[in-house]
Amino acid sequence: MAITQLSAFLENTPGTLYQAVDAITEAGVNIRALSVADTKDFGILRIIVSDIEKTKEALDKHTVISETPVVVVKMNDQAGSLKRILDILKEVEVNIEYVYAFTGGTQGSAYVVLRVDDVEEAESILERKGVKTLTDDDMKDFLY
Amino acid sequence: MNHYYQPEIETASREDILKLQNEKIVKQVRHVYDNVPYYRNLMDQKGVTPEDIKGIDDIKKLPFLTKDDLRDSYPRGLLGTDMRKCVRIHSTSGTTGKRVVAYYTQKDVDLWEECCARAIVAAGGDESDICQVCYGYGLFTGGFGVHGGSHKVGCLTLPMSSGNTDRQVQFMMDMEATILCCTPSYAAYIGETLAEKGYTPEDNKLKAGIFGAEPWTEEMRQSIEKSLGIKAYDIYGLTELSGPGVAYECCEQTGMHINEDHFYAEVINPETGEVLPEGEKGELVFTSLDKEAFPLLRYRTRDICILSRKKCSCGRTHVKMTKPLGRSDDMMVIRGVNVFPSQIETVLLGAGYEPNYQIVVDRVNNTDTFDIYLEFSKDQFSDKISVMQKREQDLRTSMKSMLGISPKIHLVAPKTITRSEGKAVRIIDKRKLHG
Repeated sequence: MAITQLSAFLENTPGTLYQAVDAITEAGVNIRALSVADTKDFGILRIIVSDIEKTKEALDKHTVISETPVVVVKMNDQAGSLKRILDILKEVEVNIEYVYAFTGGTQGSAYVVLRVDDVEEAESILERKGVKTLTDDDMKDFLY
Repeated sequence: MNHYYQPEIETASREDILKLQNEKIVKQVRHVYDNVPYYRNLMDQKGVTPEDIKGIDDIKKLPFLTKDDLRDSYPRGLLGTDMRKCVRIHSTSGTTGKRVVAYYTQKDVDLWEECCARAIVAAGGDESDICQVCYGYGLFTGGFGVHGGSHKVGCLTLPMSSGNTDRQVQFMMDMEATILCCTPSYAAYIGETLAEKGYTPEDNKLKAGIFGAEPWTEEMRQSIEKSLGIKAYDIYGLTELSGPGVAYECCEQTGMHINEDHFYAEVINPETGEVLPEGEKGELVFTSLDKEAFPLLRYRTRDICILSRKKCSCGRTHVKMTKPLGRSDDMMVIRGVNVFPSQIETVLLGAGYEPNYQIVVDRVNNTDTFDIYLEFSKDQFSDKISVMQKREQDLRTSMKSMLGISPKIHLVAPKTITRSEGKAVRIIDKRKLHG
């Protein structure tokens, strides 16, 4: 089921993040969640958006982009929630490449984005343990 | 099936070629001695007279000419004929110093164009072909040389000159060009542009490309052949000697036949000047055998290559030279190590990258810095930092084993490195700017 994350390559120079965000804004797309990983030379912008196709079209003119399936988990916005999720994944030895989080949507909920080496395995174990994972459709009409 | 433009000379026996060279060298040396005071001085200083040159073997007695001699005698010092007999001038770009200007009589132009015609026929060209020439037309020899050769073969010639890539592509598709002539880096760019416009390599009618004027590697050849769906042939030349067509590749694609009836080639040890036997690597030295306006005796090209007289399956008997393994002009000394751009290209293309890169050398705190900016392609991009950093690390490791020193690798997004329409600017040596 997973969610489609878009990743964009950004040179590590002033203004490149602005250009990308400007292009997304012009396309009328809302960014639901965002994280930037950086090295000395370049950064990788990772975003979850309200409209994937429009965003791809907008960013394509500026830089390289790729699509990656990520697991997005809804949990209670309270201490111990993330620990529980990580515990489940540890049991089945799913490796996490990177992770970021956002809030919004349902009052009292938090969301964590997990880039894992085995999306199917991660989602199936989470589902069996009663943890809700989100789909692309959930992102379209995400409530704030 | 093999085709030749001038079969009697292209497939002449070794004896016949030697006989021709023996006759021509005597006349050429006499012509130079009588008409070029600059070289007469060099001969006098060395104590050599025209009478000492009785055949091609005596060429060893003659003094060398270098690019510096040509620059020193700019603009007319080496002119070998009355200006009224000259019909054309061409010139080098002068990027490595003062320009070198070469003169041509009508006969010089004709012989040059014949050499280019041989190259086009060797690449499979005949009067049914449509030859798109996108070398620059002007002082640069590329455009006019190949253009003249194309006329001589009888190809329908598209004199596009360089630049305006959209128009190049449109003419190529609309006119159904079959032979493309340009620098290899521009050929790669045209291939990239065609793909962007949604054409597959099968969509164009091209069958061959004749690419030269800059060094390129075997890996680059394979990449161009794939992207355009053609056979890519190398062509070699220097403005000083005429232009493209001094040597050219045949269907075997294993080196370039030197037009030995016009240019005599030697390979020397660049340190000692000693002539090396066939098969040994050294600096290529050329002697023109029948030029009028700008005859050159024992001109040191600074190109490093190997000569071979191994029998060629194409039937041509003229000696073959390898692709220049590096022009000493292009060689960089970085942290005391000799680095040729062709070595770098071999590693990059071998690792699956496109030929879009730039090498930047500088000196900071008395230490050379060595950076390579390299475009990656869409499918080489990953959202994982670890994957991207591994790409850089792997390249650094391969460079280290190829060159002995490791550059900093900077991956940059596709289309960020400026494309060249002529000779590609691959090296930026900022050390020179500091003086």
